[in-house]
Amino acid sequence: MLNLQGVHTFYGPIEALRGVTLDVAKGEIVTLIGANGAGKSTLLMTICGRPRAAEGSIRFDGEDITREETFSIIRRGIAQAPEGRRIFARLTVFENLQIGATVADPGHFASDIEKVFTLFPILRKRRDQRGGTLSGGEQQMLSIGRALMGRPRLLLLDEPSLGLAPMIVKQIFAAIAEINRAQGLTVLLVEQNAYHALRLAHRGYVMQTGRIVLSGSGAELLANPEVRAAYLEGGVHA
Amino acid sequence: MEYFLQQAINGLTLGAIYGLVAIGYTMVYGIIGMINFAHGEIYMIGAFIAVIGFTILSMLGISSVPFAILIVLIVAILFTSVYGWAVERIAYRPLRGSFRLAPLISAIGMSIFLQNYVQVLQGARVKPIQPIVTGGLTLMSSSHFTVSLSYIQILIILTTVVLMVGFSLLITRTALGRAQRACEQDLTMASLVGINVDRTISLTFVIGAGLAAVAGVMVTLYYGVIDFYIGFQAGIKAFAAAVLGGIGSLPGAMLGGLLIGLVEAFWSAYFTIEYKDLATFSILILVLIFRPTGLLGRPEVEKV
Repeated sequence: MLNLQGVHTFYGPIEALRGVTLDVAKGEIVTLIGANGAGKSTLLMTICGRPRAAEGSIRFDGEDITREETFSIIRRGIAQAPEGRRIFARLTVFENLQIGATVADPGHFASDIEKVFTLFPILRKRRDQRGGTLSGGEQQMLSIGRALMGRPRLLLLDEPSLGLAPMIVKQIFAAIAEINRAQGLTVLLVEQNAYHALRLAHRGYVMQTGRIVLSGSGAELLANPEVRAAYLEGGVHA
Repeated sequence: MEYFLQQAINGLTLGAIYGLVAIGYTMVYGIIGMINFAHGEIYMIGAFIAVIGFTILSMLGISSVPFAILIVLIVAILFTSVYGWAVERIAYRPLRGSFRLAPLISAIGMSIFLQNYVQVLQGARVKPIQPIVTGGLTLMSSSHFTVSLSYIQILIILTTVVLMVGFSLLITRTALGRAQRACEQDLTMASLVGINVDRTISLTFVIGAGLAAVAGVMVTLYYGVIDFYIGFQAGIKAFAAAVLGGIGSLPGAMLGGLLIGLVEAFWSAYFTIEYKDLATFSILILVLIFRPTGLLGRPEVEKV
């Protein structure tokens, strides 16, 4: 479904991605783990064309989207819940979800928003509050809900667990598993919380300083001594 | 008392015009964080189109005043929309992502260019037109003073109220308005939900230009004379209005416009007309010292 071939991305003179090759098949949850600054978020943003890849190719459903404008990439059926959530703080929860539905057929709006409210019931209670007044966990749910409102076929999630209490993290990961199982939605998940991510994902990639250094099934990577040493041991796993 | 009431009416009329122009400044600032100094020129072009339009219509022998005004409004809005769009496309979009001062300098250049362009095409002399909307209502009359509300003042105030209500609904209720508010808060995220950010910015310029065109037509009807320099004068007042109300805030622009109009009218009436601009800008300076975000503006820092 998604295929990256030798993708290089620059921020000014800094080469953030140094030739990334990666595949995501339809219906999969694929996770990308790695330390801070490894280029994980840059990779998700590059898929959406912000910034554009300087070299290499990105294909979605077999079509080359490397040079496309962000909005038209999104219209193809990719949605992102980005790093830092980026909730529209002065729009209400409802308006944030409406904005999320920009690329969706308006006929689906009522049933889609009902699905989001079922997945994250707290958002229904907060419906008319401004996005900026929500707690971190609620904002994360809104960010994912907003992405889902666009009826994507591929969902990009950037560190949905960051800064959240373990209870909330559990709830969010359960929601991701549920969306994938019930709707067959394909997910590319960036995480620092490697333990949770690898348990959830079908497959995983490990990134280091702009390159993919390791890949395999979730179970394989969990068992891999290097991965354990670098990302799992010494950490606290709720 | 009668004198006061008359000045209030005059001030409201002037304030309505400033308010319409101020919306253009504040919207563009809200969405791309720059002051579009060429906006006053768009208003001036609107006024010139009105002069040309009314002249042509009278040569054609069209005598229905409402019809003539309607036609001129539509033509002025269409033309200035194209100007507004082109200014953004030519002078600002190529500089997006550049350092903050670059589009500002480009805007000043655009403003000078448009002034000279109109001066070359239309000449530097003032352009008069025949009074088109005449007459009015006498509200109050005493032995020394008569308070009147002219039809053109009614037209200006009503048009402004209708446009501002319509415009507020557009911003708060429609998908375009929502997209504009989203772009205003986070351009990157707006593009990530599939909003065509460039198109939304273009439309913002087009809408601002349309409102300025209406103001230009109205001012032509009100004063009957214009020249290529009015854009600078009204532009700087409207800009002051936008800052006074809180730049980036739409209700602020409307309120700021009204206040500037009223201050100008009252100062001219009770003190000296020569120093009316001094009064306007002194108030602006005081507001900026004691309340830098303007009357209805929000502080830059936000809880995330």
